[in-house]
Amino acid sequence: MAEPLLSVRGLRKRFGGLVATDGVDLDVAEGETLAVIGPNGAGKTTLIGQLSGVLRPDAGTIRFAGAEVTTLSAAARSHRGLARSFQITSIFRDFSALDNVALAVQAHAGHSFRFWRAARAEATLREPARAILAQVGLGPRADVIAGTLAHGEQRQLEIAMALATRPRLLLLDEPVAGMGPDESQRMVQLLRALRGRHTMVLVEHDMDVVFALADRISVLVYGRVIASGAPDAIRTNAEVRRAYLGEEVPA
Amino acid sequence: MSPLLVVEQCLNGLQFGVMLFLMAAGLTLVFGIMNLVNLAHGSLYMVGAYLATAALGWTGSFVAAVVFALPATLLVGMLVEVIALRSLYERDHLDQVLATFGLILFFNEAVAIVWGRAALFTTVPPALAGHIQILPGLRYPAYRAVIILVGLAIAVLLYVVVSHTRLGMLIRAGASNRTMVAALGVNIRLLYTVVFGFGAALAGLGGLMAGPIYTVLPGMGEEILIQVFVVIVIGGIGSIRGALVGAVVVGMVDTLGRAFLKPMLSTVLGPSAADNAGPALASMLIYLLMAAVLYFRPQGLFPAARG
Amino acid sequence: MDSRARALTLVAGLAILALVPVIAALAHQPFYVDLFRRIMIFAIAAVSLDLILGFGGMVSFGHAAYLGIGAYAVAIPAFYGIHSGLVQWTLAVALSGLAALVIGAVSLRTSGVSFIMITLAFAQMLYYLGISINAWGADDGMRLARRSQFGPVVDLANPDVFYYVVLGLLVALLWLGHRLIHARFGTVIRAARSNEPRMQAIGFTTFRYKLAAFAIAGAVCGLAGALLANHTEYLTPSYMHWTRSGDIMVMVILGGMGTLFGPVLGAVAFLLLEDILSAWTVHWQIVLGPLLVLVVLYARRGLYGLLPGGGRDG
Repeated sequence: MAEPLLSVRGLRKRFGGLVATDGVDLDVAEGETLAVIGPNGAGKTTLIGQLSGVLRPDAGTIRFAGAEVTTLSAAARSHRGLARSFQITSIFRDFSALDNVALAVQAHAGHSFRFWRAARAEATLREPARAILAQVGLGPRADVIAGTLAHGEQRQLEIAMALATRPRLLLLDEPVAGMGPDESQRMVQLLRALRGRHTMVLVEHDMDVVFALADRISVLVYGRVIASGAPDAIRTNAEVRRAYLGEEVPA
Repeated sequence: MSPLLVVEQCLNGLQFGVMLFLMAAGLTLVFGIMNLVNLAHGSLYMVGAYLATAALGWTGSFVAAVVFALPATLLVGMLVEVIALRSLYERDHLDQVLATFGLILFFNEAVAIVWGRAALFTTVPPALAGHIQILPGLRYPAYRAVIILVGLAIAVLLYVVVSHTRLGMLIRAGASNRTMVAALGVNIRLLYTVVFGFGAALAGLGGLMAGPIYTVLPGMGEEILIQVFVVIVIGGIGSIRGALVGAVVVGMVDTLGRAFLKPMLSTVLGPSAADNAGPALASMLIYLLMAAVLYFRPQGLFPAARG
Repeated sequence: MDSRARALTLVAGLAILALVPVIAALAHQPFYVDLFRRIMIFAIAAVSLDLILGFGGMVSFGHAAYLGIGAYAVAIPAFYGIHSGLVQWTLAVALSGLAALVIGAVSLRTSGVSFIMITLAFAQMLYYLGISINAWGADDGMRLARRSQFGPVVDLANPDVFYYVVLGLLVALLWLGHRLIHARFGTVIRAARSNEPRMQAIGFTTFRYKLAAFAIAGAVCGLAGALLANHTEYLTPSYMHWTRSGDIMVMVILGGMGTLFGPVLGAVAFLLLEDILSAWTVHWQIVLGPLLVLVVLYARRGLYGLLPGGGRDG
């Protein structure tokens, strides 16, 4: 059996007295979509932070694409093929949608110590950016200033920027956060189209989205994975139901 | 270089250190809790020095000067907070830098208009003009000894307030996580005003004590302010403990460096080279120290804020 | 329309500057050549600061240090008989760039309040260094024996020639700056200011780009320092004093930061104001101080923002 694309062992992180990650083990096989769910305060954001390189774990290892990346910076991980989208939309608000995506392309198109030629004139940056915008459904909105896009469109832009870095694995932090039902539907369709081609780790609260997309689900409670398996197994798991009682009841 | 000389310079270093601490304690809290870059902190120090010197001139009594200058400086500080700084809390750092820079220009010029640009004459109070016997063979100026004692007393007082009172708890919480404290429903405005008042009073105290031994000039605040910045960077923003440790370290390094670097260098490089290199290097010492600390611990020795 | 109006303003402004020596000659007021040359020199310094402050969001309060280094890079060789402008000015740019590289390497490890304080502290360190070196004038400063020599054609001793040299450099730097801002490098700097965590997430090691920008800004300011030393034929460590850094920062903000041409307007406004006010009273700074506070609170976009079609560049 091939080595999982992403492999986490014994991950631990504490903030003073609070243990946010308490010995997490995870495996994500290439091409699969893993959903990480859990009640509020389970430590999902901290986990994403450690996987993406923004937070340094206190203990444990993270292996990605056959190499250890536990202490690697976020930028370096991006170059290894690990892309991340943010739960709270994090885009370049003053730049156009196209500029946003072109920047992501630029990050992986050689160095940027170029002082003379206008970046906007570089077709090798603009064309792929346009294509990706079309792929996520923002084609006609390419020249709109990102900060003025609708919330749902900004979430789509988040995905576009992640895709533009030509990732092997997508870390999606609540992709449908703050979206209404129609927008969520569109996002799910978009992500469904990416399934298989990209490996995905999806952190989500919205159970409809989770069950529509996930090959496997891991349940995170108090910083620990209490259950991991196929969606149906998780749905009927007693411990999982208990963890969610009073918070969110799975559909 | 006799051991007694070393002891004396160490005491001087400690004395300079506590002066730095008085300024640093207030400023580090303002940075940490209110996220306010207040370049005009030095101006309060200057105002304290000027008011005390003026009062001393009018009344001839040092005690009267202290009784007048301390509350007066506090009042000036509060006025500055209400008039100019309140509107800056929400602004970005650049705005704060520029606005407080404007305040510095204003204060320096105001002081120059009233008292002129030349250094103001002031003396150590007669009661403290003598020396005290610290060790056999070492007599130390009484005034400087009193400064050390006052500074240490303030440090103890601050320690007690910060770790054993409710106010202190709010201060520590605010330095660690400002938004959380506000979210908990604490009267943030009042906390800010109290913290700022603390800082202003301490700066004024530093200024009025400094008058007799340092030069009272327009711009005196900024000279010490920049060294206070070094203290805060080394100690860690928002931490009073850091301010104390940083202040003593900086005070010692600077004083001992100025006293002993030139003679030490002249044994290696010869007297004329040391004549230039000595003072030059000595003046750079604390900044090199800051650079070194930053390289290994960018957040300072005792950082208060988390993430 | 926006950029057309801006281009027009730029051209008009530069045309006016180009005509100053002509007007001054007609009016028999050679003083204006002097005044505007000084303004343009500070404009160069302000434009260099705008690169990192306005576009990069790095609030560096120690920029005057590079002004000083550039000035000393001219004065010290001259003191020892080296008057070649090529040598001096290359030294000015190289040394200030190098200093900025070192200072930036340490300072950029922090951000926010710390960054401001640290850049201020390092600049002040250089100032104290300048004061304490007796051989080079200590706090009395140094005289410049001769202006930088560039051969018979470019004679800086001729005030008009010198004026046009400075103007030429200003125009060249504005143009180079414009290209840089819109090139890949400038885009990274601007985006890092907008959202640094995002930049790192998509794969940019922002530190090295910010450091490069910091070094470039320092180097250009060093050139301004070399020009300043030639202009005043005298220099003191006070060129590096932190209040000078504040003045340059005011010029950037007053003129309109993040616009490249705004700082030029800011330099004009600030130095003209200083000239006018100081003729009025020696205590002019007491007006400038509160004025500054008011500008910050109510007119943040600066003069450039008040012009038709004005606003952020790019």
